[in-house]
Amino acid sequence: MEAFVFFVSAAIILAGALGVIVMRNPVHAALSLVMTLFGVAVLFINLEAYFLAAVQVIVYAGAIVVLFLFVIMLVGVDRAEDLRTEPIIRQRELALLAGAGLLAIAVIVGVASGGDVTGVPAQGDPEAADLAIDRAVEVSGDFDGDGDEETITEAPEPNVRRLGRALFTDYVFAFEITAILLTIAVVGAVVMVRRPEGELQPLPEVEPPWVLRPDLDPDPHAEVAPDPGAVEPEPDPEPDEAPAAADGEPTT
Amino acid sequence: MILAITITPGYYLALSALLFTAGAVGLLVRRNPLVMFMCVELMLNAVNISFVSFGDAMTDLGGQVSVFFVLVVAAAEVVIGLALVVAIMRRQPRATADDIAVMRG
Repeated sequence: MEAFVFFVSAAIILAGALGVIVMRNPVHAALSLVMTLFGVAVLFINLEAYFLAAVQVIVYAGAIVVLFLFVIMLVGVDRAEDLRTEPIIRQRELALLAGAGLLAIAVIVGVASGGDVTGVPAQGDPEAADLAIDRAVEVSGDFDGDGDEETITEAPEPNVRRLGRALFTDYVFAFEITAILLTIAVVGAVVMVRRPEGELQPLPEVEPPWVLRPDLDPDPHAEVAPDPGAVEPEPDPEPDEAPAAADGEPTT
Repeated sequence: MILAITITPGYYLALSALLFTAGAVGLLVRRNPLVMFMCVELMLNAVNISFVSFGDAMTDLGGQVSVFFVLVVAAAEVVIGLALVVAIMRRQPRATADDIAVMRG
């Protein structure tokens, strides 16, 4: 059963991740991200991390993705991005090459070494024994006092209780630091989005770095042509089928 | 057949590597800053899977505690990052990652 749950949720996770990468519309990418996060929550349940599964759904899918969608709607970037333009020379090939290299390193290090996890298990280490994940254990002994041995199965302590005890004993200093971190984040966000007095200056024009295509679309902020299948075309008085590279000047 | 497979930590690590790679490639390919943040979230989730998997394999609760802190840091990072995106988009709507090159040193 664990294998079945693992493979199904792995398929969901990878499909969602692929959706984040290839979806042209940021809203669709955010919804694909929700798919991935739910798959990860299912994997956490599979690994008996019940508290983290709940927190994953509440914090990630409930708060972070909603924040993403809120910002997408607020700044109005929910237009489709043209994935065919490639402003940096050979960006896509280099990115895929870097990804393949990263995957190769990860596979060599993590998987091809047999998948063995090295180190001392916490239950055998008296220093870390209070962090050990207790399994259900069978305890033999004379419990009801009638003189003969009986075996009972002792239920493990619930995951939430153990995690809470670890957070408030061994990791209490780091826990306090996260409180400070969240406060700083909230104050910083409020300061950054505060509307300053006076007119806002647009971003200064900079000379494009050499890796950018010199023959790119002269107006990079022009409206991307909508997907012909998805959106009905609006009547456009201006013909916009001028080739993008027509009047770009090579600046090298 | 498929139910007979024992899921070792290697399976989880392989999935984690795939998810991390997907996030990294997306971060390199996409130009919308919001989608780039989503790809960072993918990479953080890949690391979370491997943390919990290692913690399960070693019967150590430290993996889950680490994931808890990663969650908190991810929340703070998203708040700050989206505030930056809003501040930039207010100055120049439809800015892509290429337009934020003024921030480089």
